[in-house]
Amino acid sequence: MMDGRADIVGAAHANVRHDSARKHVTGEAIYIDDMPSLPGTLETALVISPHAHAAVKSIHIENALAQSGVRAVLTADDVPGKNDIAPIFTDEPLLADAVAEYAGHPVAIVAAETFDQALAAAQLVQVDYKELAPVLKIAEALKKKQFTYNPPTVERGDPDGALAKAAHRISGEFACGGQDHFYLEANIALAVPAEDQDITVYSSTQHPTEVQHGVAHVLGVPSNAVTVEVRRMGGGFGGKESQPTIIAGLAALVAAKTGRPAKLRLRRDDDMIVTGKRHDYEFTYDVGFDDEGRIDGIDIGMAMRSGNVADLSSGVMARTLCHGDNCYYLPNVRFRGYPCKTNTVSNTAFRGFGGPQGMLVIETILEHIAHNLGKSLDELRAVNYYGVDERNVTPYGQTVSDNIIVELVERLTQEIDFEGRQNAIAKFNSENDILKKGIALMPIKFGISFNMPALNQAGALVHVYTDGSVHLNHGGTEMGQGLFTKVAQVVATVFQIDIDNIKISSTRTDKVPNTSATAASAGSDLNGMAAFDAADKIKKRMTRIAASHFGVDEAEIEFRQNSVYAGNQSLTFAELAQKTWQERESLSATGYYQTPDIHWDPISCTGSPFYYFSYGVAVSEVVIDTLTGESRTLKTDILQDCGKSLNPTVDYGQIEGAFIQGMGWLTSEELVWDDRGHLLTHGPSTYKIPGSRDVPPDFNIHILEDAPNRVPTIFRSKAIGEPPLMLAISVWLAIRDAVRRSTPASRKFPNLNTPATPEAILRAVDEMREGA
Amino acid sequence: MAIQFYLNGELRQVASVAPTTTVLDYLRDHAGLPGTKEGCAEGDCGACTIVVADTIDGRPDYQAVNSCLLMLPQLDGKHVFTVEGVADAKGPLDPVQSALVESDGTQCGFCTPGFVMSLFALRHSEEEITEDVIHDALAGNLCRCTGYRPIVEAARDSCGGVGDPKPLEAVTTNDAYSLDGQMFFAPSRFEDMIQMCAAHPDAHLLGGGTDLGILVSKERQPLETVIHTARIPELNIIEEDDSALTLGAAVTYSRALPYIERLYPSFAAMIKRIGSRQIRNVGTIGGNIGNASPIGDTPPCLIALDATLVLASKSGERDIAIENFFLDYRKTDLRPGEFIKSIRIPKLTEDQEFRTYKISKRYDQDISAVIGAYRLDISGDTVAEARIVYGGMAATPKRAPACEAALSGQVWTVDSAVSAAAKVGEDYAPISDHRASRQYRLKIAGNLFLRLYRDLSGEDQALEVMAL
Repeated sequence: MMDGRADIVGAAHANVRHDSARKHVTGEAIYIDDMPSLPGTLETALVISPHAHAAVKSIHIENALAQSGVRAVLTADDVPGKNDIAPIFTDEPLLADAVAEYAGHPVAIVAAETFDQALAAAQLVQVDYKELAPVLKIAEALKKKQFTYNPPTVERGDPDGALAKAAHRISGEFACGGQDHFYLEANIALAVPAEDQDITVYSSTQHPTEVQHGVAHVLGVPSNAVTVEVRRMGGGFGGKESQPTIIAGLAALVAAKTGRPAKLRLRRDDDMIVTGKRHDYEFTYDVGFDDEGRIDGIDIGMAMRSGNVADLSSGVMARTLCHGDNCYYLPNVRFRGYPCKTNTVSNTAFRGFGGPQGMLVIETILEHIAHNLGKSLDELRAVNYYGVDERNVTPYGQTVSDNIIVELVERLTQEIDFEGRQNAIAKFNSENDILKKGIALMPIKFGISFNMPALNQAGALVHVYTDGSVHLNHGGTEMGQGLFTKVAQVVATVFQIDIDNIKISSTRTDKVPNTSATAASAGSDLNGMAAFDAADKIKKRMTRIAASHFGVDEAEIEFRQNSVYAGNQSLTFAELAQKTWQERESLSATGYYQTPDIHWDPISCTGSPFYYFSYGVAVSEVVIDTLTGESRTLKTDILQDCGKSLNPTVDYGQIEGAFIQGMGWLTSEELVWDDRGHLLTHGPSTYKIPGSRDVPPDFNIHILEDAPNRVPTIFRSKAIGEPPLMLAISVWLAIRDAVRRSTPASRKFPNLNTPATPEAILRAVDEMREGA
Repeated sequence: MAIQFYLNGELRQVASVAPTTTVLDYLRDHAGLPGTKEGCAEGDCGACTIVVADTIDGRPDYQAVNSCLLMLPQLDGKHVFTVEGVADAKGPLDPVQSALVESDGTQCGFCTPGFVMSLFALRHSEEEITEDVIHDALAGNLCRCTGYRPIVEAARDSCGGVGDPKPLEAVTTNDAYSLDGQMFFAPSRFEDMIQMCAAHPDAHLLGGGTDLGILVSKERQPLETVIHTARIPELNIIEEDDSALTLGAAVTYSRALPYIERLYPSFAAMIKRIGSRQIRNVGTIGGNIGNASPIGDTPPCLIALDATLVLASKSGERDIAIENFFLDYRKTDLRPGEFIKSIRIPKLTEDQEFRTYKISKRYDQDISAVIGAYRLDISGDTVAEARIVYGGMAATPKRAPACEAALSGQVWTVDSAVSAAAKVGEDYAPISDHRASRQYRLKIAGNLFLRLYRDLSGEDQALEVMAL
């Protein structure tokens, strides 16, 4: 494959600005709620279950329906097709039918001429519930063996034997909290009915194809009757992978039933109550190791809060199982996954997709071993890192063939004088009794590709018009991550034309069908390759026409600087496009890509699911106040592997944004439910994502240079969307370090789960003191 | 009875939009300006930020506000700017817009219009641009994509030194606006206010609307009668004499801040952590007192400072010590038709020290788990009198008699601080909720005495580090 070149504007590897940046700052960028309203558009409001678990005995809609402006009140009985929108399994209803399974479960939808009319009428829908006993805790579901699908296990070697024989053996438990996506644009869909039962749905979704399938199932029409379009989302982060199907399905139901356009826009509180979040987990572990701390046998129970239905939990769990090793070789291992069914909202995809939780538990275990042996966490890591040529097979059987983690760690620790920093911190702590500092490093290895091989395919559609302008479409969606810009760079590079000549268009299921979600960090890997394929097909045809025009061999034709050359003769790209048309050659092509060399058996949990791994390392320094538990991240340094970055500007933004989002998950973002299963933190007044002041005042990010991907990805780049989120674990480890350093005399192992709120930190500090 | 305002430089008259329509809904649904976004409808995310400008002391004053919490008639007589209006449609971008583009400060772009407007206000302010001022100006805007660094960079690159902004056209205002039985009064005479409150004892008093606005924005309640206090001179006084600072009840946090900063610096530092600039630009201290929330941040401070309220009604005026004003959860001593006119805050004597500390999950723009406020009279090295008040510890902000007794008459040492801390459990029985557990509240309420001790000894570093 050709490499990117820099003699055009917007080539691969160039720092190209987000294509919508100017529209963002002028307010001209159009989100779904900003689209000009079609005449007759109905506004809608949800009726949701107030109970975590209740039989729905009857629903009385008469009062609501009688209100001025109200046009429809629809329940599960009104679903013409199948009341099921499950993305992987089945029986995940759009509207609660006989039973409501979480507080917030949609039971009915009210459509009216205005939003306020719909909202007021929704209060008048009377639902008779019979409350049932809810299961609200992970531990309770685990005890009852109540799961959303069959629990999977990764196992290799003889963990029980290794544990029994180990020189040292410890066990413990650890829990990590969930996280709300808090995309600034809440979930929204607009459904517009057309002739022949056709429907067009504008959906804020990372997965237009799944919305298409969901709507088709709900309405009982074939997929070809449903077109889904999305130009941009106001943030996604995984929260718009499966959840938009609920929103779009409901809007489509109203549109189909009333024959009028219908919009469902969730208000912030409803979005947080009704739609899923990152899975919280409870872990138990048992680990055996030698005097150096080298792990020989390990057994981890990984119980996730799946919520009321499976949704994407099986994928999330697969990634937890595949990242419980992080960067470490575990010879005899058993990871037991438990997808616990609870009467809480079904959890779903969130940047990292189970990987961060797996990494948290293995880092906790390493730290526990270090504590037990009186060593440092980094000494423990050093003896456990994957080898390059040996000790390099993951618990699920994939050989790690591109390992650069030790090199990354050494480069960053030398660069920032990690040892000197540790000494400075020890000195600070010896001179301060209330404020205590901590520092920690976090290495990551993150597998790139969807765990399920079938999802690793993509399509694209490229048209060249006779004026030389190019229309680009592909299956990927734009949620702010700069995917559209990156894929346009690929096409610009293939044709060697300035990127301004390429029109980036909305993602539509009628242009590129059967797409995968824009997820798993794989958007540019997959769609970049598919767009390359499409553009390359057209380029080959144009090359043939050019060769015939100039009377030279095709090998002598060169696309360069918006023109096409044969020796010192040339045509502009537009002239060649015109000529290609005159010669009756197609200037349109579809492109396709499937990721090679991957396989996965979901039953045995073995295989080689990842095309490659992405690596990174971060060091963070924090300070805590041992009187109040408040914490502050003072300094973070990151070294991240992006392969040969397609667009360093965009990648830099992904690294920063993911890190801060991960830091929020591990510190200030706390989801709190009451004992009846009601979410108490359902708006920004109660759920605190990081603000500008929370960013480390000293924040340095370096993209690893001269590190092309070893496998032939698009221009040898690497995925970037998710991996840096896990670098934020350095903040949490640094807080734990500060907690430990607060009481050097204590023999206690810090007991600090996530999120490390001021309250959690103070409790951990006080426990350390009691253990002194 | 129309209201009038300039919207992006164009005079608008509005007569047929319901008075409790939020400005956000007006912009998006009536004015055809969808650039301003709804992110939360509770004034916390800032996606709906617009700028409202007015001539203050002869100079144009640009203030960022949350349009989701603002009722449309609050714009009467003002100049309003939205993201669509900060630059000419086809002309060059405003410097803050260019800076956001150049710094790659946008990803998904949904929060961006709000950031543009917060920066637009900052660019028009006279402040010296420091990192602290930038964070202060951005604390009311959430971004979930960028991690903020490029946005802060854009602020550094584009704000500061705008010079003298163009004078604003004067706009005539209207004292009342009504539609379909809904009434919005904006009296400009104190006497009229007295009469209206007597005639409409159930009316909602609207200061800035940062709390009341939730009722229309989130709860979608069509309020029947609203009386807006912003235009009454008596409610907007800031007066200082030898012994006290007096603030009219309708004085916004932002206007009061310079005075408070000079007289009670710790109080000012805490006020900067109330809401955000968007909130403080319209929110009033009178409103914070009047809504009687147990987690309001100013009442504990005002009680510790021994402030007095002047309450006014048709039957005249009366004074009440603010500590006697809060009767129970969200219940005050206000009688029907009565309202808060002003707050008189005694100045600190040479022997008095005042400190307040707020603990929350996030430093900026969060609601307190616990807030402690302390006024100590220390003569020599002995605590002559201690006024100690906590918020977040009971159904109302409330003094801590046992803690006060433990300190009074004692030599001010770390041991006396510890002995006061030990008494917190006698004074309070806090609840557990989503902000903090009962145990944590009790624990830190006690620990804050140690922070107080350090702070008064000039040895505290925590306040500085956490504000970095």
